[in-house]
Amino acid sequence: MIEVDAVSKRFGATQALADVSLSVRHGEVLALLGPNGAGKSTLVRVLTTLVRPDSGRATVAGLDVVGDATPLRSIIGLAGQYAAVDELLTGRENLELIGLWYHLPRSEYRRRADAMLERLGLTGAADRLVRTYSGGMRRRLDIGASLIARPPVLFLDEPTTGLDPRTRNELWRFIAELVADGSTVLLTTQYMEEAEHLADRIAVLGAGRVIARGTADELKDDLGGDRLEARVHADADLQRAASVLADLAGTAPHVDPDQRKVSVATNGGTAFLLAAGRRLEDERIALDDLGIRRPSLDDVFLAVTGAVP
Amino acid sequence: MTVAATPRPVPARLLVRDTLGVARRNLLRIARTPLMLIVSAVQPALLLLLFRYVLGGAILVPGGRYVDYVVPAIFVEAVLIGGMTTSIGLAQDLKSGIIDRFRSLPMARSAVLAGRTLADLSRSLFSLAVMVGLGLAVGFRFHAPPAMVLAGLAVVIAFGYAFSWMYVAIGLATKDPETAQIAGILPFFVLMFASNAIVPVATMPGWLQGFARHQPLSVTVSAARGLFEGGAAGHVIWQSLAWSAAILALFFMISLRLYRRAAG
Repeated sequence: MIEVDAVSKRFGATQALADVSLSVRHGEVLALLGPNGAGKSTLVRVLTTLVRPDSGRATVAGLDVVGDATPLRSIIGLAGQYAAVDELLTGRENLELIGLWYHLPRSEYRRRADAMLERLGLTGAADRLVRTYSGGMRRRLDIGASLIARPPVLFLDEPTTGLDPRTRNELWRFIAELVADGSTVLLTTQYMEEAEHLADRIAVLGAGRVIARGTADELKDDLGGDRLEARVHADADLQRAASVLADLAGTAPHVDPDQRKVSVATNGGTAFLLAAGRRLEDERIALDDLGIRRPSLDDVFLAVTGAVP
Repeated sequence: MTVAATPRPVPARLLVRDTLGVARRNLLRIARTPLMLIVSAVQPALLLLLFRYVLGGAILVPGGRYVDYVVPAIFVEAVLIGGMTTSIGLAQDLKSGIIDRFRSLPMARSAVLAGRTLADLSRSLFSLAVMVGLGLAVGFRFHAPPAMVLAGLAVVIAFGYAFSWMYVAIGLATKDPETAQIAGILPFFVLMFASNAIVPVATMPGWLQGFARHQPLSVTVSAARGLFEGGAAGHVIWQSLAWSAAILALFFMISLRLYRRAAG
């Protein structure tokens, strides 16, 4: 549905995108993950026809971002940090005008604005000026505006940046609901948790290049899989626990005396966890904590972006 | 006028609808910031009072009454100031990101600009109406029949609308409300003072007279004075309308080009 082939873009001395290729399948949610200045927004701006690429080719639903810009704009929605809502208009006026500019008939955009306000939980605030809205209400309205024409492809550029955690969770639920009905979504974010929460696949962007890609699980596997972690209650038991786990796993454990923690690599899953629990109990080693830990996406992110000069 | 150079231009019917949509959006914004509407009328009002009561007594004009000489010029100035708000508003829209949303929509490119100039015209008309009222209150009189007076006001409005497109270009080129405001004052000063608006051109040095006599604001002021006096010279009317048409066409093209490149 979205095809990016060797796209580069330079702004003055900054290489914003360097030979980026990726594709997003129909109905898929792809997260572009990366720090500030990685080129995420530039890629969104290329795909939404706001910026022309210097070289390479990009298409959305087969329409070229340069040659077919006008028809392309009628099948996409854009929301996020660079697409503002109008503060001096009401929520309803914002939605209706966007509907008008998508060339929907008047009766249709009025009906859809009504339905969308309801869906956004903004019916009560529909006729208030947007400048009286909270941050979360604005973001919801912004995303709602981008959906008013029911575009098959949606671009969300850092949809939750700057929101407090509770509002962010609320917005995640909302976005997850919206994408459940089969839209193709390209989402940019600086938050690993957000990518993991919303996306089917993730592309990590750093300094204008794609430096890792895959599902959240694949990215984690690349980093070395699961580890079993045990925290013992007493310092005296630490070495004993380490030798028990080394014996069981057949690999050298990592010991962290400060936290009284022993960890070993494993791919044995729950069976290994239960076996380890039984052995440690047999040895009468008192535990504060025992569990299998997957590397977090943060670990992946730091590992891959740390490798970029 | 058509939108050139887009591979598949938006059909004319939709172009009109898009433009009216943008105009509606901007009219709603104007209605919700009434203070800005009032402030943009205060500036020409102060100039009118300044020239009528402070400086007017020291300026001699052929034919006598200075109030009849300067008030038509203040009308022209009022619509020019109305246009200045266009550059500030556009620069604000660029900065806030709302223009990016517009550019990602299938709407016609020129609609964003044309809709804004049409909405801002309402602000100019408001200022002009205030100036007419204030002018009459301080002793200005129309001496011509109503049809000619209306024709004179139409020439002034056409001039103001044409120049609002220059301010569109300034707003798009500066991309910043403060810079747009300062940049917009420059052409205003040159056109206003190097002209026949406030003092007769004959009192200026020779090298300045040619410019001061034929520049667009001067011929527009002459046309308006003539039509309000009832003794119009047809050629200045046509000169004014030709200037307005040329300025409109030139800055329409420049603005569209700048808009395509804006934020790109």
